[in-house]
Amino acid sequence: MANSEKKGGSGFDPKRRRALKDMATYCVGATAITAFLAGLGGLSRSLPAATLRPPGALPEREFQSACVRCGLCVRDCPYNTLKLAEVGDGPAIGTPYFIARSVPCEMCDNIPCVKACPTGALDHSLVKIDKARMGQAVLTGRETCLNMQGLRCDVCYRVCPLIDKAITLQMTHNARTSKHAIFEPVVHADACTGCGKCEKACVLDETAIRVLPIALAHGEQDKHYRRGWEEKNKAGKELVPGVIDLPDRMPAPPSLSKVPQ
Amino acid sequence: MSTKRNPGVEAREVHGFFVANWWLILRRLSQLGILMLFAVGPLLGVWIVKGTLASSMTFGVLPLTDPLMLLQSLVARHMPEMLGLVGAAIVLGFYLMIGGRVYCSWVCPINPVTDLAAWARRRLDIGKGWALKSQSRYWVLGGVLAASALTGTIVFELINPITMVYRSVLFGLSWGLSLVIIIFLFDLFVARDGWCGHICPVGAFYGLLNSSALVRVSARGRSRCDECMDCYAVCPEMHVIAPALKAQGEATPIILNRDCTACGRCIDVCPERVFSFTHRFDQRLDEPSPPSGADHVQLKEVA
Ligand code: SF4
Ligand code: SF4
Ligand code: SF4
Ligand code: SF4
Repeated sequence: MANSEKKGGSGFDPKRRRALKDMATYCVGATAITAFLAGLGGLSRSLPAATLRPPGALPEREFQSACVRCGLCVRDCPYNTLKLAEVGDGPAIGTPYFIARSVPCEMCDNIPCVKACPTGALDHSLVKIDKARMGQAVLTGRETCLNMQGLRCDVCYRVCPLIDKAITLQMTHNARTSKHAIFEPVVHADACTGCGKCEKACVLDETAIRVLPIALAHGEQDKHYRRGWEEKNKAGKELVPGVIDLPDRMPAPPSLSKVPQ
Repeated sequence: MSTKRNPGVEAREVHGFFVANWWLILRRLSQLGILMLFAVGPLLGVWIVKGTLASSMTFGVLPLTDPLMLLQSLVARHMPEMLGLVGAAIVLGFYLMIGGRVYCSWVCPINPVTDLAAWARRRLDIGKGWALKSQSRYWVLGGVLAASALTGTIVFELINPITMVYRSVLFGLSWGLSLVIIIFLFDLFVARDGWCGHICPVGAFYGLLNSSALVRVSARGRSRCDECMDCYAVCPEMHVIAPALKAQGEATPIILNRDCTACGRCIDVCPERVFSFTHRFDQRLDEPSPPSGADHVQLKEVA
């Protein structure tokens, strides 16, 4: 003991040295573990487009800081819509999701999944299911959709729980027959909840209408954009007076000049 | 000191199978029983406890949430709903009172796996293996919280073998179960009591709640100890025993080290019945029995 104290004076206390070495090992170990886990955490933060979160789910980043993967939402969904993700399903392991084409959300009035969530990963401020935004439906298969070929399928439109608000049929001229109409299913972002009933119901082998994550489906204009016509209305007058109205570009694209006579 | 290959044989021969395995049997029943409380819902449609060990709802009224899970959520900067906070407070209060690591011995589904690995390790006489420090787990816990804060995710849930087992039973088999096999192999071939005794951050967290544990093991019969070393060989945290067992005179016979999981295996395997469950304030010591010889000689022969 006395010996080591003497040596301590010259900066060579073997006890202290061991302690320092242990400390260094711990620090290196803890850093390695942190780095490993942080890497895993980073890898698991993305959500594939085909997988949807339950109603009221926080934005994906926040969702992953909130969801404890208890599956209570899954248990309380009366339609077995929700699943907990397995390795390889896409979403972070253990988190709830659904695939609209398998089992869509039936938009329960009382939203039991949200009520069951103990953490607020499903936001309890969502009390009206019509306000849910699980994603947004998009007619991705405009060339395969039966309605777009002038037939009257209408199935996606008819199953929509918010028919005529979230999805409407827009009549346009059928250039192929030139005497019929095309009833194009058009989704409206201000009402679509992303429940996926349309995607589930589409009669095609591969659906022509899909619910996509809103960020992917909707696009977003730059915050600084001003629409001239709106500004003009606000101001009550032409903002830049005397703008010369140039003639439209010529020649027209071939697709326009091929309209049958 | 080489660990004994088969602790508990002597106790079994002297006291019979049930006495020598009593607490082990009760613990297995507890671990399985708790899993069954969750499982009768999805298996039989009788809903007692919904959810998993991460967060659950019992009979629609009692919310329970794993406090470590919630802590990760907090450092990831999410403020949970009241339901989750209340559930975590209940769990926290419960374990603070009876002792955090009761979770490890009586609830956690990984415990039977690591126990099995430890048993096999003794039978195969593999020895101590990689000597990790028992404090390592607190650094792992720190790493888990740091990574949660850095990534804003509940990061340990990506590899938590405990909830992985529960989800596999309750929601369908998961590849995550391969982690359990890795832990088994790690404990068997790499480090003795490697996972539960040195790495698991959940065990570390509950260990922190274990400092004021009410339920404790006492070595009240320590005067009878004949140093057969069976308790050391079977204890998953062997460093906790000596201070209580080897103390002299008035020093407390209670195993106060917070690493003790209150598994009661030392009680089971001791042929001299030195140990017993009690509360932490119980300072009673058994009177040293007069050295009557005969019994002891016989026991020694059996050993
Ligand atoms: S709203 Fe209803 S159907 Fe949709 S996920 Fe929630 S519980 Fe299931
Ligand atoms: S109930 Fe909430 S915390 Fe539990 S799995 Fe569902 S979203 Fe996650
Ligand atoms: S159900 Fe499919 S094919 Fe029919 S109109 Fe809708 S998108 Fe088109
Ligand atoms: S140390 Fe971890 S894995 Fe082992 S029993 Fe405790 S909580 Fe379970």
